[in-house]
Amino acid sequence: MAIFLDESSRVVVQGMTGSEGSKHTRRMLAAGTRVVGGVNARKAGTSVDFDEVTLPVFGTVAEAMAETGANVSVLFVPPAFTKDAVIEAVDAGIGLAVVITEGVPVHDTAQFWAHAQGKSTRIIGPNCPGIISPGRSNAGIIPADITKPGSIGLVSKSGTLTYQLMHELKDFGFTTCVGIGGDPIVGTTHIDAIAAFEADPETELIVMIGEIGGDAEERAAEFVRDNVSKPVVGYVAGFTAPEGKTMGHAGAIVSGSSGTAEAKKQAMEAVGIKVGRTPSETAALARAILTS
Amino acid sequence: MDLFEHEARDLFERYGVPVPRGFVADTPESAREAAVKLGGTVVVKAQVKTGGRGKAGGIKLAASPDDAAAAATAILGMDIKGHTVHKVLVTEASEIAEEFYLSFLLDRANRTFIGMASVTGGMEIEEMTDSITRMPASSFDAAAVFPASIADEVNAVASALWKAFVSEDATLVEVNPLALTKSGRIVALDGKVTLDDNASFRHSRTDSGAEGDPLEVRAAEKGLNYVKLDGTVGVIGNGAGLVMSTLDVVALAGAAPANFLDIGGGASAQVMADGLDVILSDPSVRSVFVNVFGGITACDAVANGIVQALGLLGDRADKPLVVRLDGNNAEAGHRILDEARHPLITVAHTMDDAAGRAAALAGAGKES
Repeated sequence: MAIFLDESSRVVVQGMTGSEGSKHTRRMLAAGTRVVGGVNARKAGTSVDFDEVTLPVFGTVAEAMAETGANVSVLFVPPAFTKDAVIEAVDAGIGLAVVITEGVPVHDTAQFWAHAQGKSTRIIGPNCPGIISPGRSNAGIIPADITKPGSIGLVSKSGTLTYQLMHELKDFGFTTCVGIGGDPIVGTTHIDAIAAFEADPETELIVMIGEIGGDAEERAAEFVRDNVSKPVVGYVAGFTAPEGKTMGHAGAIVSGSSGTAEAKKQAMEAVGIKVGRTPSETAALARAILTS
Repeated sequence: MDLFEHEARDLFERYGVPVPRGFVADTPESAREAAVKLGGTVVVKAQVKTGGRGKAGGIKLAASPDDAAAAATAILGMDIKGHTVHKVLVTEASEIAEEFYLSFLLDRANRTFIGMASVTGGMEIEEMTDSITRMPASSFDAAAVFPASIADEVNAVASALWKAFVSEDATLVEVNPLALTKSGRIVALDGKVTLDDNASFRHSRTDSGAEGDPLEVRAAEKGLNYVKLDGTVGVIGNGAGLVMSTLDVVALAGAAPANFLDIGGGASAQVMADGLDVILSDPSVRSVFVNVFGGITACDAVANGIVQALGLLGDRADKPLVVRLDGNNAEAGHRILDEARHPLITVAHTMDDAAGRAAALAGAGKES
């Protein structure tokens, strides 16, 4: 099994006709994802040729779902239009909306997240690399060929650190890797992914990667203490980050004494999560548990 | 983007938040003119984007235009926590009866916005955490915090402040102190505003002038995601998380990172050259650690980018580089670097090893 995304997922791409959208649609198809079409109101009725398939472009997400049975949308929509695009997907009742777009105003994210409450859509992102269940499906921009299917579940705020760990632990492989994104507000949290990994029988170990800013890691640690029986290995980036400076990701900022890497590491260790000081050490901790 | 106090004051004024009359001055003479226009006692305040101005002597009362000019002379050019004062804000002085606190900000944990208020204000927020009441922004009511006699007036200020927060795509609007004057007015005496850079496309914002480190200013002009730090090992990487991690690994190796620089995906020769150019202009840098994980980016393209960047920089490239490439096409990347036989380049195969070498080359670290 995998979480949130598997071989039965039928994927539409909002923004498939753009340069990023078409580039990554091609990569998703190559990774075995069942991409069934794109959405672009201005190009409805046209189609786009990829190497071996021709995909239809629909005017709305609802139409794409009705015609193709799509249940996942991946969004490569420019920041100014992302809020409306997510709301459209939510209103169409899609099961999963993966928002890759970087640079979405946080007021917009707050609005579309609030709009999705009580509805049936899980949102991942924005400003995230997406989600991959290796060997099954890939929704987003995570490279598929650096790892293989296996028994580890990974959730991370950072794209490249996700790739680094996927690569270092490729001999064990992964059930699912979820890149939740580095924005101050994200749809799916560490806790959501960890809860799903705990319930997934194929996932034997959970890796959580965090970074400075906010208190998502601290809250995830509390969740692990109360709800998780599987081993959890963690990593936090940003010990050397100065106070008050945004480190690349919009949400990566230490404000006063809150949001520090040290506080996150301590909170995680206090509940029995093994925390590596470097990505390699983190991989070694996971390896030791899986081979013991 | 953080605003200067005078910009926050102007923004508040546009939305109907009561503020003292005031003018910005960048010379003692213009401070004197401001004081003449305002009449009476004025306050001369250093304009820097950091706290602790009062303690540093950056806020002075002036009873006359001459005093205001003297205060500006003392404050302009002052260094406050590494920020040089280029401007002062001259405002009318208020006779303060009480000082409060009022703000709206992003609540990350609940993925929404909240209002915060306190009847103790005028000090650093860290010192008053216990006295602050937090409320959902949508149901903010001053009556829950403030005396009934002023609750309506504070609510009017809060509603203007909230309008500014939403309309301007702010992530923080803070009034500290919000003062009750002896004449019974509620006035925002000092303000802090942070605007969401991601929303710049729908606002005609004038950049308040890059303040602070000249290297950060230069990097920003080239569109680079760069933060100056205090160490000797320059760092370039792809992806914010990986770069933060790289800084930490350098610190674990016993050296201190000189900067954060995320060149993102692509890593073209030009971006690599721009990045190296900024880092090598930092006189405290003694070695550079280039750390790239090729996910979508192919490492051979990155390797070519590094070699070409060194060519573009010529003599300006004068510090040793430790390069670690992993992931997509890493072997081809290593081959390109080996064949280039560039005297400045050392190839390392793991992050930890690369950090150790970069630290040693910087004359620090555990294995020099």
